[in-house]
Amino acid sequence: MTGLGSQALAVVLAVPAAAALLLALLPGYRAAARLNVAACLATLAAALCLLGARPPAGPFLHVDDLNVVFIVLNTFVGFTTSAFSAGYIAHELETGRLTPTYLRFYHAMYQTLLFAMNVALVANNVGLMWVAIEVATLTTVVMVGIYRTPEALEAAWKYFILGSVGIALALFGTTLVYLAAQPVVGQGLPAMAWTTLMTRAAAFDPALLDLAFVFLLLGYGTKVGLVPLHAWLPDAHAEGPTPISAVLSGLLLNIALYALLRFKMLLAANPDALAPGPLMVGLGLISVLFAAFMLYRRRDVKRMFAFSSIEHMGIITFAFGMGGPLANFAGLLHMTMHSLTKSAIFYGVGQAAQAKGTQRIADIGGLTETHPALGWGLVAGVVAIAGLPPMGIFMSEFLLVSSTFARAPWLALTLVAGLLVGFGALMLRLHSLAFGEPTTGRSQGDAPVRAGRLPMFAHLALVLAAGIHLPGPLTAWFQHIAGLLG
Amino acid sequence: MPGADFGMVQGMAHDLAHAFPGGMVLVSFLLLYQDRMSGLLNAFGLHALVLALGVAWQAWLQDAPHLYVTAAIALVFKAVAIPTALRRIVRRLKIERTIETVVGIGPTMLFGMGLVALAIVVMLPVTVGVDPVAREDLAFSLSVVLLGLLMMTTRRNAVGQVVGFMSLENGLILAAAGAKGMPLVVEISVAFSVLVAFIVIGIFLFRIRERFDTVDVHALYLSRGERP
Repeated sequence: MTGLGSQALAVVLAVPAAAALLLALLPGYRAAARLNVAACLATLAAALCLLGARPPAGPFLHVDDLNVVFIVLNTFVGFTTSAFSAGYIAHELETGRLTPTYLRFYHAMYQTLLFAMNVALVANNVGLMWVAIEVATLTTVVMVGIYRTPEALEAAWKYFILGSVGIALALFGTTLVYLAAQPVVGQGLPAMAWTTLMTRAAAFDPALLDLAFVFLLLGYGTKVGLVPLHAWLPDAHAEGPTPISAVLSGLLLNIALYALLRFKMLLAANPDALAPGPLMVGLGLISVLFAAFMLYRRRDVKRMFAFSSIEHMGIITFAFGMGGPLANFAGLLHMTMHSLTKSAIFYGVGQAAQAKGTQRIADIGGLTETHPALGWGLVAGVVAIAGLPPMGIFMSEFLLVSSTFARAPWLALTLVAGLLVGFGALMLRLHSLAFGEPTTGRSQGDAPVRAGRLPMFAHLALVLAAGIHLPGPLTAWFQHIAGLLG
Repeated sequence: MPGADFGMVQGMAHDLAHAFPGGMVLVSFLLLYQDRMSGLLNAFGLHALVLALGVAWQAWLQDAPHLYVTAAIALVFKAVAIPTALRRIVRRLKIERTIETVVGIGPTMLFGMGLVALAIVVMLPVTVGVDPVAREDLAFSLSVVLLGLLMMTTRRNAVGQVVGFMSLENGLILAAAGAKGMPLVVEISVAFSVLVAFIVIGIFLFRIRERFDTVDVHALYLSRGERP
């Protein structure tokens, strides 16, 4: 079976890379959009194969129980977003916000981003993972600035500066990890491979590991969007094309978190190193509280959901920081549910913004009257992201809060306070967005929305299904990984 | 140490291995107080040159030929190609004499000294177990990284921020080269990523120029994201 695994792994990496090259050369945007979807589908199929057949770990690449979850989630959301993007960009082309040349560029960058994210996930080498995350950052910087309005350029520049500082700190941390490993493992590649690092971590110099983790937490934490390193995130989400907002929130933040989790496991495997949990709990809690209050003052709809992403990344970081089988399980579930829900919301918001010709919350009103399917879909999405039953996010938040209550009641109370504050803000905005006075578009009336609704409803259906009943094998699978995370 | 002579040679080798990183910290300070574009770019070229020398010395010391490649990349690409390209951009945009700083030179320099002290205080106790050459090397490279960060935050000008970022990357390469036997992947990739980053920046500068007739980042911040 290992042969199949190796082939699947090769496909997961080669298809996006080849597609990126092809799309850079292909002139017609219709064909390009179709090729984009097809490439994403092929990658998803290969990723699903990895669930069953694992390739043997090599010096640069490996697939294990932890990263395979991320790969499947990554390729799935990548696929649905490409389907959404096909309709979305057709409208952008019509309204003249993007030109065919830029679209070619956009598609090539989309596949490059997916490629870089997949490499970051399957990398068995700390350095390779770092390079992949840097490439992913650079591609998204370019995509955020693609509209070339002053706001988009400001957002992209801010993202570039903060992102590269974060990335630089992460590289310093990576070098320190190598220095900690080198006396034990010996020089060369093995001292950077996850598979060797994890087995030998107990003998590493704990002081170096501690220092390395501080740099890595600040570095990759910037990419996760943890407060106070989050300043790039709302701008980048608001000013870029909506499919990119969906991929940023749903996937790229997860990738940075995955890197942090790996290093957390490394520290946990060393008995004398500092416990990374409290640091992560602290940053996570601050992010939740800060973002919850910031949600109230938003006027731009995409910016509001970007702050909601900060809140949820805070919740997930908090969960993994608490550790233990139950909190880790809740963290994994929450991460999956958030990716699905938040990208669904961005699909909805993108269409709503196109239909109304604006992103201002005040100018998008009464969606359930003017665009019933879209409006109700968005209602379902916001209900899910706010953490109401019966959606999946309610379950993961409930698990997290109840498990935290048993161990640290004050932390749990603070978390609940943050969740409630955020909930209030979302409900307030949802009311005007979905049920308020219906508005017509500012510029081009109610332009027909081209993007299909299928991706949004597919995601929401999955979230609903997970909230009602989590299949047994999936539960067992997540429990197993939660155990690995320690 | 097997013999006195050998010990002396070793000692000198180590001194030189410390001299180059120390020199980079000094050049970082030079970068901090430049108030003209040409001076800034010249100082950056010098920064990269010292980096190239330091990495080449490490290559000889560790007997690691692949580090010569890193040194060559630093020399050709960073000490020559990038400053030349930036000079052309600066000339084309006619911004030779405009470097606006957020904080005055004096406070910035003082703050920079504080950062170097911080780097040494943090690094030296932690790295007791690491081999002595790498130890000071790490403290110096952390200083260069922190000074690069300082420069990025105190410059309003896009070119100034980019130079700050590249000096920061120089510090990272210094750290990676000092870590004995660290695989080539990282060095090459860092050099490569600088290239990519530079292309991105080039596009940025081009666009910014196109839209605003200025590369002063402050002009960007005038258009706040949150529009009323």
